[in-house]
Parts: sequence; structure tokens; C-alpha cells
Amino acid sequence: MLWIKNGVVVDPKNRINAEKMDLFVKDGKIVEESKVKKGDCKVIDASGKLVVAGGIDMHAHIAGGKINTGRVMRPEEMRVVRNIAGKFRATVGRVLLTAPAIGYEYAKMGYTMSFEAATPPITSPHTHEELDAIPIIDKGALPVFGNWHLVFKCIEEKNLEKLKSLIAWTIERSKGFGVKIVNPGGVEAWMYGGNVKGLDEQVPGFAVTPREIITWLMRANEELNLPHSIHLHCNNLGIPGNYQTTIESIKLANGLKNEKRQILHVTHVQFNSYAGNSWRDVASGAAEIAKIVNSMDNVTIDMGQAIFGHATAMTGDAPFQFTLHKLIGARWSNKDTEVETGAGIVPIGYLPSNPVHTLQWAIGLELGLLIESDKVVLTTDYPNGGPFTEYPYVMAMLMSKKMREGELKRVHQYVQKATTLPSIETEKTLYEVIHMTRSLPARVMGLDKKGHLGIGADADIAIYDLNPLTTDFSNEFDRVYKAFKVSEFTIKDGDVVAKKGELVKEVFGKTFWVDASKKVDVEAVIPDVKSYFDFYTVQFSNYGVDERWLKKSKRIEVI
Amino acid sequence: MEDIVCTFCGSVCDDGEFDVEKRRVKRFCRLGSSKFAEKERIKAPMVEGKEVSYEEAIDYAVEILVNAKHPLLYGWASTVNEAIRLGVILAEKLGGVYDQCASVCHAPGVLAVIEEGLPGGTLGSIKNRAEVVIFWGANPAEAHPRHGLRYSITAKGLLVKDRKQRKVIVVDVRPTKTAKMADIFVQIKPGYDYAILSALRAIISGNADVVPKEVGGVSKEKLIELAEIMKNAKYGAVLYGLGVSQSRGRDRNVENAIKLIQLLNRTTRWIIWPMRGHYNVVGAGEVPAWEVGYSYAIDFSRGYPRFSPAEFSAVEVLNRKDCDAALIVASDPVAHFPASAVKYLKEIPVIQIDPYPNMTTLVSKVVIPSAVYGIEAEGSTYRMDGIVLRVKKILETNYWTDEKILEEMLKRVEKLKG
Repeated sequence: MLWIKNGVVVDPKNRINAEKMDLFVKDGKIVEESKVKKGDCKVIDASGKLVVAGGIDMHAHIAGGKINTGRVMRPEEMRVVRNIAGKFRATVGRVLLTAPAIGYEYAKMGYTMSFEAATPPITSPHTHEELDAIPIIDKGALPVFGNWHLVFKCIEEKNLEKLKSLIAWTIERSKGFGVKIVNPGGVEAWMYGGNVKGLDEQVPGFAVTPREIITWLMRANEELNLPHSIHLHCNNLGIPGNYQTTIESIKLANGLKNEKRQILHVTHVQFNSYAGNSWRDVASGAAEIAKIVNSMDNVTIDMGQAIFGHATAMTGDAPFQFTLHKLIGARWSNKDTEVETGAGIVPIGYLPSNPVHTLQWAIGLELGLLIESDKVVLTTDYPNGGPFTEYPYVMAMLMSKKMREGELKRVHQYVQKATTLPSIETEKTLYEVIHMTRSLPARVMGLDKKGHLGIGADADIAIYDLNPLTTDFSNEFDRVYKAFKVSEFTIKDGDVVAKKGELVKEVFGKTFWVDASKKVDVEAVIPDVKSYFDFYTVQFSNYGVDERWLKKSKRIEVI
Repeated sequence: MEDIVCTFCGSVCDDGEFDVEKRRVKRFCRLGSSKFAEKERIKAPMVEGKEVSYEEAIDYAVEILVNAKHPLLYGWASTVNEAIRLGVILAEKLGGVYDQCASVCHAPGVLAVIEEGLPGGTLGSIKNRAEVVIFWGANPAEAHPRHGLRYSITAKGLLVKDRKQRKVIVVDVRPTKTAKMADIFVQIKPGYDYAILSALRAIISGNADVVPKEVGGVSKEKLIELAEIMKNAKYGAVLYGLGVSQSRGRDRNVENAIKLIQLLNRTTRWIIWPMRGHYNVVGAGEVPAWEVGYSYAIDFSRGYPRFSPAEFSAVEVLNRKDCDAALIVASDPVAHFPASAVKYLKEIPVIQIDPYPNMTTLVSKVVIPSAVYGIEAEGSTYRMDGIVLRVKKILETNYWTDEKILEEMLKRVEKLKG
């Protein structure tokens, strides 16, 4: 039992804005005062400190074939030593981290949950093995659907029931959390060296278009009423002029409604917000994107902020990765995956002296500032935009115009004419930034026990050495940044796991997955799936992950 | 029992049928079938030749490991990921060295990946899409007998429907069994892989004029023919074996081959992948990569992992006499290592964990027999292309699993090391 005394609580879901109050924790949950015996409680004195829910990273590449190939390909990333073996595991990693390092670094920063953003269903056993090696935080993974022959087949047949069954079967088999779509149709086109350039271009070899793939999966997802909406990585990622494709994709959500959450989540939008015709005249399309997102009430996005320094591009968007390899001449790994999907990995870095990199950095911030705080989640698309350990930098930047002015002085001045960042006066409030990193991602993912501090919520709590009542967020950005870098206390399921940047206790979080197999007749699609298994290289019965293999399974049943 | 998973080679076939009464497996090749047949086993745990209980053997082994200044933990290619993970953590706790069979096998391929990346794909993408498959310095007909049938030669795919629609090319120094199955066999002089790959790159990039009349025993005409086939394929795959990674040039050969693939991808689609040997040698690299950042030759003597193949590969460590005890799991270094390394291995206390007796058993102070994964125990393994399959438990056994043995060892080490 815990008694967190006198903290200054910011809890946007429960409309609590910097109120001095006590919190009580019992059996890993937040409970009413009357439910604990105060004498038996371990007391944490949080006087003058900020108390918030643990952070949630709703889009990161933390486990599976991509990050692990990245590690093998980039041993130079592992030369940064973070922890020496002792009571806790030895951990290393600059931006690419080892699995134990991922858990530890999130925890030290006050983050308590993270989602692996893309796993081909067939490689889900690998993804889960790695998730199980990440200590402390809760986890989940999103299987990819946007280039799978079986999905194309259901859409070609215009058979929504079958598509729903396929989704339910797949997320159960892969112990996945929702429906991820990466460059719909484009990755299949890449199998013969191509890509798709617009929403209405037909996927080679199939009578489907990206527009159909997105809308059909969206409809199926809504009829299944999964906790999370479809999670879209748009077509034309990383290509100047792509903001128009992004806007068109966002408009596909028009007309659908869900009471609890968005219909469409568009991810790492920074990479999909470029105006211009080439890298010579590329500019920001963020203002246009912000306009459309703000005008709709059923679309959310996450930033995909670029952080200056090292990064590794890794996505299921295999054709983009090859383009990047050609563009910058860096190493390139690729993984065509059965007839499901593909992936690519390329080392990159963001330099303040490079006009394009600076533009990317500015676009991320524009999105964070121009879009209503109830619609934009803070991410770096780790490790694509950079490390998740720099979230505090993004938080501080969003809250301080003065900090941005200082940063704008040291970067390439191309941003002055190519973006609106220098003219943006907005300073997000602490309340908004806490929402963007806690309660909003929890809502976007459909997790009602996460991201807030109300009675019954999971006791995932972060306490920071920052008094919201006395801090001047516009001017004291340096202190704000430092305070968010390292929590005073991180509490996971009621256990204090980290204190002032030191690990205290190693626990293992849960793996959240969604089971919608009772919602539909899964059998309806099984004959089709089985016929496809003639073309798989594993047997139908050996495909997927059994619940008992997971270290700590948390099944969310959709009824 | 149906759809059982084979734990012999890197093909990890998962379509076997096991007859428990006859103790026979159907559909697997002779290598796989031999694994599933009854074989001589290590009867019981032994310390210095004397039979003891598991607990006693583990206590004794742990005492050796904890008292060693720099133990070597080697093997891991023929066990499951769960055991490998414990092995990596054990090496970390002991401040020892973790190394695995790749260091005497496909590790040059890893060095090439560090230089250039790995433009690859799963075996299923080859089966379904590859019009041209080139086996380079690889002989699956003998080393991975069902590879051709399931994935690469006669495999029936969705887009490439059968053998007639697929061109198979073998590049090797001698006419192998696989070469007999090929449409085209290109015999090269030993040690000329690099030069031939360079010649192909030159031809494909439009610089055929710099290529001499003959390279490594192959005529320029033949090379041009090969280059044309590669350029004109809609989707092709190069599957390379130890003939590339362990002949003159080693990692540079693989690097050159990867550069050839990069070049081809500018106009069409090609992938490249190594033909990995043991059923979980890929896992022996993947698991440490996520646990500690590197895939082999990892030293923990400073309390954090360091990667240096020229220093921390098992053979190098043994030749340098830089370890004072060794734990060998699911491997037989005495049979495969150079004489100098084996000589030193005989001088230090060796602990072996293995289901079967082998040459290493003869030099081991502590021998701990274990259950056979895929037959007596379940666990996860990586097929050669990184696809994870769960191997199954078919028969009951009294033998402990590698996982259980290592778990017990780790518990004791943690207690003693504090």
C-alpha cells in the first residue's frame, strides 16, 4: 500500500489541473482513501512535486525483427554503456537499446507503457519474445495488414464479414492489439521494385487500391469495435509533396463515428507532411495537415518528432527504406516477409546544419503546436525520429516559445522560409502536454485503466521534481527539461521501480492483446486462410503465439 | 502427432508426423529422421566420470564457474531461445565470454551485414516470388535436404507456380549434388568468389569492358549470361553457404555479394540470405542481440558487453588462454575447433550440457545430460530466415531441459555472486 502525500496532481482525464492532493494505492490500483490503512502505507512525500500518470508511448519500434536486425547491423550503437551488471542487468545502447535498456530507460523517465508499432503476423512469436525481455513497462504490439494478400482477397471479394473474421483471427493468433496499416499496397508493389503513388493507384496484381484497403479495414475495425482504431502509416512517406496524400487519407474517416475514440489514427505524421516537389524546394505542409485534423472530430495523429542526433530508420515501408538507402548511401537491410508484408532498416542522423533535417525537426513541432492537444500524441516514432529518451525535450519545446527561439538560432535557417515554426506563438500548457503523453494516448489506444489517476486506474504513476504552481514554463525550460528527463519516483502497478534516475526494483509488466474472436464467426475465413497456407512455409497449426507462451498476458476481450 | 517441428538443420521443417509407437517420423529427410530415431544418450549427470544427481552436478559446475576469473560459455546453436537467453544472462553475471557456433561458421556474414546491411527476405518470399534462385557455395541437397522442395527449387508458390517457372543456378567449386538439380552450373576456381562477384557488378553496372576474358575459371561470356539472367529476373534470390563465407575473402565476399544485390535492386528485385546450418544458430545470435546488443563474441569482464570477434570468439579466447573454465552447451568444439584451441580446452575445467555424448564429453569434468528439444521438450527456435517456430514436446523424459539446468545454475550463481 502506498500513500502519495501532498503532491500537485495533473490528471487531464479527470479534469484535475495542478491540485494539491493525496493518492492511495492498493494491490496495484489507485483506490479511495477509505480502502487503505494509513498506518500500513508506505508514504511518499510529494510536497511541491508534480504527480501524473505514467507516460504511454503509443508508437515505437521496441521489439521484433526490425530493431534486432538494426542492433546486429549497428554494433556502434551499443558502445554507450548505461548500466553495469549487478543487481540489475547490464544495459547498453545509444539510440538503439537492448531490451532490458528499453524497460529501464522508459521507467527512469516516468513512462510505464509502450507499443511496438508494427509486427508482421508471421513474426509475432519473435516480437513477443523480445517484448517479454523488456522489464518493468507494459507492452503491446500492432500486427500489420495493409499489404497482405489475404486482406486484398477479402477486399476484392467485397466481403466485409470475411475481413472482420480475418482481423479477429489474426490479432488473436499474433496476440496483437489492433490493426496497423503501413503504406497500403505500396509494400506489395515493392516486391517487384515499385511503390504506389496515390490513393487510387491499383496495387500491382490485385484489383484493390490504397483507398479501398484503408476504408475496408477501417469499416471492419469499427464493426469489430476494437479498443484501438486503425493505425495508419500513410502512402508516400518521406516524399516531398506527400502532405496531400496524408490529407486525402485523413478525409477517409469522414462519416464514421465512435463514441469512445477516433476512427482513424495517423502515425508519425511529420514524415508525411512535406510540401514542395523535390528535396530542393521541400517545405512544411504541417499547417495544412493541422487544419484538416482540427476540423475533424474523429481523427488523431502522433508527431514522429525528429530529434537532432543519431537515429535508425526502420519501418514496414520497405520501398521507402530502399529510397532512403539510395538517397544517403547508407547500409540497407530489407525483409520481404512471405506474402504478408516487408520491412527495411537504414541508419540515419539528423543534423541541425542540414536544411532537410531541420525542416523535419520543425515540422514535428509545428504539428505538436498547431494541432489541438486533444488530437496529437507526442512520439518520435522511436528509433526513426530519434530516441524516446528525448521526449522531455519535445515537451519543454512545446511549452516554451523562448526555448524554441533559442533552438531556432542554432539550426539551418532554411526553416525560416520553409515552415511556420518561427511565427508560432502557441505555448502548450503543462496540462496539455501531460494529456498528450498520458491520457490522450490511453484514449487513442482504448485503455481506460491507463493514463490517468482516477479511482480504479492502474497505479502507474510518475512523480517529477517540478512544482506546476511555481514553475514558469515559458522561461524555466531548462529546468522543465531536466525534471522530465528523470522522474523522482516511477511507480508501476504500485511498486516503486525507479527513484531519481536509479532503478529500485525490477518487475515485469503485462502484454496487452485483444481477443475479438467471439465477436465474429472466425471460422468463416478459415478455409481461405488454410488455402493460403499452401503458400506459407509454416503449417497452419504452427502459426502464431499461444497465450501460455507469454510471460504475463493481459487479454482484452471484445464482446 | 502431426505438424511436428524438426530440430536438425536451419530449414526447421514443421510438417513432420510422428508415430509414437514405432518412434518414427514421416516426411522429414534422412538427417531429420535420424534425429528423431533412438540414439545413444548420456545416461546421467557425471562429475569426473562418476554418476551424480542433477543437483550435485549443477552445484559442482557452478562452483567451477563462480571461481573462474573469465569463463567461456560456448555453443548454443542446437538449443532453444529460452536456454540461450539464460546462457547470455549467466555469461553477464559471471563476467565471462558468450560465443556461439556462428563464430566458426557464418560470422563473416555478420561482419558483412555490419558493413552493408542485409537485403533479404523470408523463405516464403523465395517460394512464392523467386523466378531465379542462385545457390552460391551452398549445397542444400546434402546439408538442407528439404530446402529445395519446401522453399527454393521445386517449391510450388503463389506467383512462381512450379519448377518450370523457376531457374536454378548453382555456383560452386565442384559439381555438387545440388548442381545436378540446377539449370545452370557455374564451376569456379576455389577462392575466386570475390573476383567473380566484382565482375558481375561491373557487367551489370554497364562496365563489361573492364572484365577480362576469364575470371576465376569462368568465361566472360558465361558471366555476361549470368548477369543478364539476374538483371532480367523480376524477383531473384542468392542463397549463399560457407563456400562464400569461409573461403578466401570471407566477410569481404559476402559484402561484395550484398553490393551486387544492392545494385540489382536499382532495376529489379533481388534478395540475399545465408544458408544457416544448425536448427537454432540464428537464435544463438538473435537472443544475445536483444539481451546485450551483439550476436556473438561478447565479453562481459568489465560488467558490460563488448563485441570483438578477433578477441572474443571462442577459438581466439582459447588460443590466447584467456579463459579458465568453459561451459559448452549443445555443441562439440573438440570435434570442430583447431587443434591448438582444443589443446587448451583440455587444460581447463569443462562443463558440458548436451543430450548426446560427443568428443567434448571426453574432455569434460562435469557432464550434464539434457532433454532433446523438439522431441522431449518444447521451446522457440529461429529458422534460418528468422521465422520463429515453436518446437514441440512429443515424448516424456526424466532428463532435465537445458532451460531448467541453466535456470538452476543462474539461481545459484546469483546467490553466490550476490
